[in-house]
Amino acid sequence: MFGLDKKDTTLLLVVALLTLLAPFILNPFPTDSGLAQFNAGYPDLMQRFVIFGIFAIGFNILFGLTGYLSFGHAAFLGVGSYSAVWMFKLLSMNIIPAIVLSVVIAGLFALVIGYVSLRRSGIYFSILTLAFAQMSFALAYSVLTPITNGETGLQLTLEDPRILGTSATADGSIPVTNLFGLEMRSATDLVIGPWSFTFSAGYYVCAIVMLVAFYLAIRIFRSPFGMMLRAIKSNQNRLNYTGLNSRPYTLAAFVISGMYAGLAGGLMASMDPLAGAERMQWTASGEVVLMTILGGAGTLIGPVLGAGMIKYFENIFSKINDNVLHGWFAWMPDGIEDLTVAIIHPFIGKGWHLTLGILFMLVVIFLPGGLVEGGQRIMRLFSRKKATKDDKSKAKQPAE
Amino acid sequence: MSKTNLTRRGVLKSGVGVGAGVALPTIFTASSASAFTNEPTGGSVTLGFNVPQTGPYADEGADELRAYELAVEHLNGGGDGGMMGTFSSKALDGTGILGKKVEYVTGDTQTKSDAARASAKSMIEKDGAIMITGGSSSGVAIAVQGLCQEAGVIFMAGLTHSNDTTGKDKKANGFRHFFNGYMSGAALAPVLKELYGDDRKAYHLTADYTWGWTQQESIAAATEALGWETVENVLTPLAATDFSSYIAPVLNSGADVLVLNHYGGNMVNSLTNAVQFGLRNKQVNGKNFEIVVPLFSRLMARGAGENIKGIVGSTNWHWSLQDEGSKAFVKSFGTKYGFPPSQAAHTCYVQTLLYADAVQRAGSFNPCAVVEALEGYEFDGLGNGPTLYRAEDHQCFKDVLVVKGKENPTSEFDLLEVVQITPRAQVEYAPDHPMFAGGALGSCNPGA
Amino acid sequence: MDAIILQILNGLDKGSAYALIALGLTLIFGTLGVVNFAHGALFMIGAFCAVTLQRLLNLSFETIDPDKTDFLGQPLKVKTPYVESWFGPDVGATIIDWSVPLAILFAIPIMLVIGFVMERGLIKHFYKRPHADQILVTFGLAIVLQEIIKANFGANPIQTPAPELLSGVATLMDGVVYPVWRIVYFCFAALIIGGVFAFLQFTTFGMVVRAGMADRETVGLLGIDIDRRFTIMFGLAAAVAGLAGVMYGPINAPNYHMGMDFLVLSFVVVVVGGMGSLPGAVLAGFVLGILESFASTTWATTTIPGINQIIIYLVAIIILLTRPRGLMGRAGVMED
Repeated sequence: MFGLDKKDTTLLLVVALLTLLAPFILNPFPTDSGLAQFNAGYPDLMQRFVIFGIFAIGFNILFGLTGYLSFGHAAFLGVGSYSAVWMFKLLSMNIIPAIVLSVVIAGLFALVIGYVSLRRSGIYFSILTLAFAQMSFALAYSVLTPITNGETGLQLTLEDPRILGTSATADGSIPVTNLFGLEMRSATDLVIGPWSFTFSAGYYVCAIVMLVAFYLAIRIFRSPFGMMLRAIKSNQNRLNYTGLNSRPYTLAAFVISGMYAGLAGGLMASMDPLAGAERMQWTASGEVVLMTILGGAGTLIGPVLGAGMIKYFENIFSKINDNVLHGWFAWMPDGIEDLTVAIIHPFIGKGWHLTLGILFMLVVIFLPGGLVEGGQRIMRLFSRKKATKDDKSKAKQPAE
Repeated sequence: MSKTNLTRRGVLKSGVGVGAGVALPTIFTASSASAFTNEPTGGSVTLGFNVPQTGPYADEGADELRAYELAVEHLNGGGDGGMMGTFSSKALDGTGILGKKVEYVTGDTQTKSDAARASAKSMIEKDGAIMITGGSSSGVAIAVQGLCQEAGVIFMAGLTHSNDTTGKDKKANGFRHFFNGYMSGAALAPVLKELYGDDRKAYHLTADYTWGWTQQESIAAATEALGWETVENVLTPLAATDFSSYIAPVLNSGADVLVLNHYGGNMVNSLTNAVQFGLRNKQVNGKNFEIVVPLFSRLMARGAGENIKGIVGSTNWHWSLQDEGSKAFVKSFGTKYGFPPSQAAHTCYVQTLLYADAVQRAGSFNPCAVVEALEGYEFDGLGNGPTLYRAEDHQCFKDVLVVKGKENPTSEFDLLEVVQITPRAQVEYAPDHPMFAGGALGSCNPGA
Repeated sequence: MDAIILQILNGLDKGSAYALIALGLTLIFGTLGVVNFAHGALFMIGAFCAVTLQRLLNLSFETIDPDKTDFLGQPLKVKTPYVESWFGPDVGATIIDWSVPLAILFAIPIMLVIGFVMERGLIKHFYKRPHADQILVTFGLAIVLQEIIKANFGANPIQTPAPELLSGVATLMDGVVYPVWRIVYFCFAALIIGGVFAFLQFTTFGMVVRAGMADRETVGLLGIDIDRRFTIMFGLAAAVAGLAGVMYGPINAPNYHMGMDFLVLSFVVVVVGGMGSLPGAVLAGFVLGILESFASTTWATTTIPGINQIIIYLVAIIILLTRPRGLMGRAGVMED
């Protein structure tokens, strides 16, 4: 189906099913129970899951296939966001032109940076991309404030000269982003017994875009072009000796992944029309590297898992405070309750960075192939016989 | 078995085809069941405390969170009631807000506008928070304020000092109790004149982002009105840690006052470097060289250690104030946590009380009713003297403190002494003042 | 003219810190082939060794002074450090005053141990793994280390002042005054750098290490346990970064993210100097420090707005494109 072989079709269908049913899957706990803290099925976080999924899928096309480790990919996401917000300010609140522009601008930006950076490889390439991204961040924060609105971030105002559309709605608020009238923040709740599930229009738009992006990524992975990129990763010198110029291929991969980042940035701005400079900081670039490697670089599904995991930590763990802990452990005797809370305390709330750091280290040390490898190991434990499915792991080799 | 239901978060019944291309009722707008976003239905109401828990302002965030917890305790009738006893409005009675028990959720802004909005959104979408408050920088405050306006909840700003928060980026659903750059300038200028004379040459070092610029503009305008001359204004990168290359040119610039428009880590480092270069002991134009830090915070003053001694600046509130409200607050905060509250803690505590009181007086959680109750509201007893929440821009007008680093501190908290309490009349400005021009409040958004 | 001299001094001073950190980084890269993202964290831990020592020296017992009151109106508890009561107020105060220089002695063993533990416990297992994995695991370690520091010391900066004697300014020539401690820092850095070079150049141990850097396999074949020596070099690199941190405290108050602030910069320094080249790291450190200082002058920022924000990265890009092996990198090493 869709020009994919059976296995990839299955993968695509599974991913599609998971994304479309995400509102159910991510809200496993009844709303009023103590465990509702762990529910992630609210629109904003679900949108972030898929948007950062797109970002990581794109990054993986560069890093997972060619092995070029870019430390500046956040710059493309930032540029994409700025373009989209400007489109909302100047043209229309429809998200289509905004997203198209952000992909185009991010692609052009990636072309320029890629053309220069790809003259070097290895750690030099990483430093070059890092330098470009840091320059973009520093300038966006200060000198370029007329375009980026600096520290405050670019926001919509009531005075935006919107060509197609109104500056303000009749009741004096800023119009909302929409897809031909379908408002991105509209949502509907479904209540089944104690459970509550939220279906957000914005989420489903993002999810469909992600599925398309995922499908394209599969096609790229399986194409001769993808094969060429993998050849670059395994031995670029040998490839060059055969008389092939590898640079157009790496540049194409770089631009494609830059466009994916721009798409993510545009979508992010479409869900929440704001673009801030810190989206371009090197730590943000580092984050997508972490997502990809945590999930499993070079695998199709890994980066999406990694993105989900990091965003889950950032948004769920940081919100657990001592009060919540005391709520959970209220059934314990007082002394033991306090002790338990005191033990867990450093790892939650303001300590979520610590938990994340420990987790990275554990994953990198014990699961070099990321979460995907973890999953495979568990699968293998259960079905020794099916270990012949070697061809599957071929696509899922860890990064180098 | 399954039924589509209407809930507090509002919503619709008829089938929703994704991409159906029709304007659908939204979470934030239109709902037949609730009149506004996150209308509290049960016996409790949820407030969202969105403070920096990681990143450079984590300590201030932690202090804000302490203040919020204290405020919630007092609202629910626990503790000694703190400033509820001294507050001029007696609407609050210790039974929560409108009889509903106050609960809260916390989040981490990371001092990044993206993360702050994500955190605020999760509070609104997932936890059903009716009001968001907190923050320790203007970028975050403005970003979250914009979000709350769209979502139809009230935003009570925490520590944010930029003119823009209630200037060009003001929003109908957002309120600021903290003072701003203009007020700092207006309060400091007369004191500076008194201390250092009216014939001074000032050299400005300014953090190169929006807050720094508005602050520098305000201070330069206020001091130039006294007859001071602004020799030079140098912008320093936010990421700078070593300010030596910015301080060195000051030595031979002919300036005799250095104004550091920095906050947080920038302020600690630039002040430390300035003192290192011997600026404090320098004589220029026959006068003692002076350093001014327009926005002071005790937590940061602590980071600057000895260097802070004798340096003049302004602050929103200080625990050594002797009015009844401040004393009551310091007492209940100090008893609970063992140290005095910071100005960030104070403003957050007050904002929570003001919100609760406004709801109580309005008799409704509806944001529009709250806005109406807060606009033009005059109150007293919350530590800053008689205060007005101005209707035109949702900025509080109250006395501003001019403080100085204490020469002989008696304890690790006793770092600042109040030089002068600048009366409110002196720091007031017209709502259409050029530094605050542009932007509009818009109309209040109840989300329904 | 004075202004130029001052900016050169500032540049040398910034350069000292860059050079010390980059020296360790490039040493680790040259010997072990490991990209250590936790090196900035080692610098930070060094600074916090000074903070810890200061805290230890200030350990106090409380006496109640009934004449004064604290902020709640209760009698004030006056704290007297134990050192002051043991050695008398004068000697005690002097010891506390000199806590930063004393912290050097305190930090060396701590940093060596941290270095050994890091190498044996973690880095060792990553020699054969790709650079990306090394970066990730050391980056994770850096986060963990800085979060531990934050949990114990808070997020705000903590002052570690220089001794009274060394904290004033010195008049170097007419019109040029410069903080004494910054001069001390520069001299200290020069001493450490000289020491490391002498160690590598003039001792048998250093010779073996240099041989190992050039050709690890052959040295191993000669029956020399190069791994053990490299472990010691890792400890040494950690100690150098730690000492740089200890002495940096009085210049800028230590806080938990000072390591991250220096991390990216020091990588740029290493690359500009040439991966694995020790003199290159030192040279690049000073060159970039001076360039950064001059880019911060009003003259530079009015000519090219924002140049002070991007100068370091701009230089890195230019160097990498025109001379990829860096200023002093050996031809053919890591050059592509």
